Amino acid sequence: MTHIKVNVDGTIYEDDVEPRLLLVHYLRDRLGLTGTPIGCDTSNCGACTVDLDGATAKSCSVLAVQADGCAVTTVQGLAKDGEWTPLQRAFHEQHGLQCGYCTPGMIMAARDLLRENPHPTAEEVRGALEGNLCRCTGYQNIVRAVLAAAGQQDGSGTQAQAPSGQQVTEEATA
Amino acid sequence: MIPPAFEYARPESVEEAVRLLGEAGDEAKVLAGGQSLLALLRLRLAFPELVVDVGRIPGLRGVREEGGTLVIGALTTHHEVIHDPLVRRHAGLLAQATATVADPAVRHRGTLGGSLAHADPAGDLPAIVLALDGELVAVGPGGRRTVPAREFFVGYLQSALAPEELLVEVRLPKADGWGFHYEKFHRVAQSWAIVGVAALVRRENGHIAEARVGLTNMGATPLRAAAAEAALAGADGPQAVARAARSAAEGAQPGRDASASPDYRAHLAEVLTERAVLTAAGMG
Amino acid sequence: MTDQAVAGETGTGREVGRSRLRKEDARLITGQTTWTDNIQVAGMLHLAVLRSPMAHARITRVDVAPALERPGVLAAFSGADLAEGLGSLPCAWPVTEDIVLPDHPPIAVEEVRYAGDPVAVVVARDRYAAADALEAIEVDYDPLPPVLDLEDALAEGAPLVHSDKGTNRCYTWPLATGESFAAVRERAEVTIKRRYHQQRLIPSAMEPRAVVVTPLAASGEYTMYSATQIPHILRIMLATVTGIPEHKLRVIAPDVGGGFGSKLQVYGEEVLALAVARRLGRPVKWTESRSEGHLATHHGRGMIQDIEVAATREGRLLGLKVDLLADMGAYLMLVTPGIPILGAFMYPAIYKMDSYEFTCTGVFTTRTPTDAYRGAGRPEATFAIERIMDELAAELGLDPVELRRRNWIRHEEFPYTTIAGLTYDSGDYEAATAKALALFGYDGLRAEQRERAERGDPVRLGIGVSTFTEMCGLAPSRVLRDLRYGAGGWEAASIRMLPTGKVEVVTGTSPHGQGHETCWSQIAADVLGVPFEDVEVLHGDTRSSPQGMDTYGSRSLAVGGEAVHRAATTVVDKARKVAAHLLEASEQDLEFREGVFSVKGSPEARRSIQEIAFEAFTNHDLPDGVEPSINAEHVVDPENFSFPHGTHLCAVEVDTETGRTWIRSYVCVDDVGHVVNPMIVEGQVHGGLAQGIAQALYEEAVYDDEGNLVSGSMADYLVPSAADLPEFVTDRTETPASSNALGVKGVGEAGTIASTPAVVNAVVDALRPLGVTDVRMPCTPERVWRAVREATA
Repeated sequence: MTHIKVNVDGTIYEDDVEPRLLLVHYLRDRLGLTGTPIGCDTSNCGACTVDLDGATAKSCSVLAVQADGCAVTTVQGLAKDGEWTPLQRAFHEQHGLQCGYCTPGMIMAARDLLRENPHPTAEEVRGALEGNLCRCTGYQNIVRAVLAAAGQQDGSGTQAQAPSGQQVTEEATA
Repeated sequence: MIPPAFEYARPESVEEAVRLLGEAGDEAKVLAGGQSLLALLRLRLAFPELVVDVGRIPGLRGVREEGGTLVIGALTTHHEVIHDPLVRRHAGLLAQATATVADPAVRHRGTLGGSLAHADPAGDLPAIVLALDGELVAVGPGGRRTVPAREFFVGYLQSALAPEELLVEVRLPKADGWGFHYEKFHRVAQSWAIVGVAALVRRENGHIAEARVGLTNMGATPLRAAAAEAALAGADGPQAVARAARSAAEGAQPGRDASASPDYRAHLAEVLTERAVLTAAGMG
Repeated sequence: MTDQAVAGETGTGREVGRSRLRKEDARLITGQTTWTDNIQVAGMLHLAVLRSPMAHARITRVDVAPALERPGVLAAFSGADLAEGLGSLPCAWPVTEDIVLPDHPPIAVEEVRYAGDPVAVVVARDRYAAADALEAIEVDYDPLPPVLDLEDALAEGAPLVHSDKGTNRCYTWPLATGESFAAVRERAEVTIKRRYHQQRLIPSAMEPRAVVVTPLAASGEYTMYSATQIPHILRIMLATVTGIPEHKLRVIAPDVGGGFGSKLQVYGEEVLALAVARRLGRPVKWTESRSEGHLATHHGRGMIQDIEVAATREGRLLGLKVDLLADMGAYLMLVTPGIPILGAFMYPAIYKMDSYEFTCTGVFTTRTPTDAYRGAGRPEATFAIERIMDELAAELGLDPVELRRRNWIRHEEFPYTTIAGLTYDSGDYEAATAKALALFGYDGLRAEQRERAERGDPVRLGIGVSTFTEMCGLAPSRVLRDLRYGAGGWEAASIRMLPTGKVEVVTGTSPHGQGHETCWSQIAADVLGVPFEDVEVLHGDTRSSPQGMDTYGSRSLAVGGEAVHRAATTVVDKARKVAAHLLEASEQDLEFREGVFSVKGSPEARRSIQEIAFEAFTNHDLPDGVEPSINAEHVVDPENFSFPHGTHLCAVEVDTETGRTWIRSYVCVDDVGHVVNPMIVEGQVHGGLAQGIAQALYEEAVYDDEGNLVSGSMADYLVPSAADLPEFVTDRTETPASSNALGVKGVGEAGTIASTPAVVNAVVDALRPLGVTDVRMPCTPERVWRAVREATA
């Protein structure tokens, strides 16, 4: 057992873990943070993508002991006080998800892209998402969502709001 | 999906890492970024008794110049390599090829040293370092030694590193003035190269004075297309390049897998060599 | 996207036809979803399954004792240990009277018949301990010959998958209508015969399968959470396999991460988890790894299609003959034998002809069983007919669109009974095709294609056309009876008007990404005239939604949505009686608009349906003889299938030097009838296109000569990413279905069906001037390169 101390979504956890424990299993099985799902065992699908000290990582490809002393942000840590991020909002508004299983990883990967490249082209969005597989959407609305969120980042779109109270007028725009 | 159990050590210095590796002999695996090792562990294709996590050893990360040589720490991540100004200026081929490795999340964690030590002939970077005439520096119980890339890749997933040695840096002669291009041919964005061709070209008076061609996934190790390189010297235009490229697969023994058969790989090596060289030479 | 309301019969029209954003999204984009693997229960144990590494072998010894020595292990069982009390896994669709139905134990006892067949299980405190303990189990195998090739399997003396059955032939199912094909072949001026291969596909829903069983030992009750498309069917089948009485079983499909047919199944692991939980009296969880799923979750497609058309010189189709060999895999699972039969009626597609002959022979092989995968039989049929239509066009020197135009059913001919015996109720192939051609810029692309070919450009342009129709809205129960399917095709819905005026819609459909919560809310809100936000949709739990036939085959809206519509209509009818009483008016004098009853001519006398729900709750002042409830339920058995159709156009560029193909543009115009939510419909089409294109270019379950699955992980089975797919142009035409009040047809499978032949037709079209007439799927760079090389050699 190895002692680790990890900041996950703003909360500091200390645990003794087996060195072989994958970060994603630590999040899901030990911390109960099941917002980060597992979709494969070969690092291909990207469903388990999280932010590790400011850059994306596939949490199936990181040992929990490697995250010792690090800060992990999962999809569960994005919304602040119930207020969705522009990306979360955009995935909703652009119908960028169907079954939603890939969505946490997609949002984390897109967030990473927009941090490095706030105004990507559609092609750059597609390239940045090459490590995240979706079986439902054909990606078209995911790309739209990321582009829409990029538009919102610099104030050209409206700030995302909490979902409650908004749904009366919720409708996709043409 | 679940790795087998192992002991874990996180040395704070190269010396400590080497000592740990020496004590464990063949039963240890080095963990850097983990993007190759964890895949093996998850599928239970490796059963190390000890995993030595070198990821936090100071001094092994970053890029610096030493005269005409670019020195890249083994723990420098792919993402750092891609964006490093020195790499982009003096070894643009490496930056270009590294940007095709896996996907952004993997490139954040994966390291140059790890990719080379893994010695996968389907990996993109071994052929790049080979084409750049790089050298690899390892530290073992007896101290440092420098291994030319040509001698480093000895077999399928097999490097010249001894079990108790740690790869610490990659030294690349600056390729200033050389044109370059990496042609990666793969079926989907994140799949391995069926074949990759790395070309470096130095031109003089409108013709190719010197060319170096590295081949990805054309055998058990990364290769240099020696015959094509020789034939390219003096090539003065697209037709001469096309002729020379026909010898790109000479001597290679490419394998068969679900994506390609050997003769198709050989054909691709020729086509891609032509394209890579033309682009590198600005003749495309 | 358009925002056109569909008024009239579908209610007020405020909701249906609008691109409502989805109710489902909030939990999914914040990580608050309940996937089955998220469920943790006190005392829960983890099940792991040891699988055969061989395609075919006799099990000579299984020793689980060493696993019991491992830390954290509570139990380990061989197949023999678990055999008692477990029946065969069910096949609900024995398509012929003389079908060979082999025994299918949930875990192998004497023989393994595919690489991945379960042979032993361990139960441990956590998933790591369970995975470790698997390695301690000792199994000895006596290898038997694998059975892989469909034609060899039928040959005299072939090794047998099920030696007790004496044959690898599972069934032969014939259909012959109209004139005899021999007769039309006689008078035909042109006949063309081709063989097409439908490669095996791995469905690859993003959520791997998982199951959690919690037993209540004291009362013999069991709750199963499963990543399934079919909680209702699963419950029935689990009762028959395990002997646990149906009323003691509750099955819950929580949020399910995609299915595409792969979760339309009763799996051995579900039975094993239940059996082990029963035996140990402890909650048990099993979650597959992706690589395990590649072996253990059923595959799709897997057919050899021999197809022949007879036509006149002018390009009029006279007849069609199809002979299929369908790979069943090692066992018959829930609807394995019926999948190619679903396609049998679709080969004539949108065309008129005089003769149709079809046979399908199901063949056992030592591979993972096949079963439903998005489209299930219909994509295969559409592929074969649309491919050979292009070959016929080439033979006749006709434009492929023109050939189709000469043969399709004209819009004024509907309803039209096809040669296969289906009655297509509505459609307008002319309109969809015209729209698609305009969006695509067909003539311009043809000009560029000619120019590039003349120039000798090594990168060729190809244009592929595919029209399609499919039979959706599965299905009229009497038709299912005639096809020997083991259940009906109805769907149930009920509506609970809560005292505070809120509404619960209970549906028997079981969504896993389709957006039923949103769309059913739209339908109910319209009919009831209540706000969209006041409606909650309950599904996927046999306790809250006791009656259902679940979700597959593009059936949910046409059948399940229709049931919601009818139940809501009944609620209004019941409320009208109460309203008439309260407003002291006759029912005939009442108007119902936007959720409010009012008396004609005196608009101040009003009661909302939500107020009436409260009146029914208190029952203080209801008319005599009226029950104190305006709730309603409805079970709909469709009178006919629905028939979505569309025209898809694809332009590809093919690098003849490397064989690489990429899609330059893709246009599709689909007619799915009336649309409840255009945004969701468009999303369904996008996803279908991606999967159909993936079959054409990328995906294949590859086996080696020993029967090992080579594409055993996501690293080898190439599911395309965003970087591998183009931007699609989608549009719609709208001819309403006549078989349901909503006028809807179904959209879940449409994109998958037409896109595969559109892409392959485009690849072949690019290379036809070089002499290429076919490229086998997936059209890998190497296959394309070889086709070019062989044609130009």
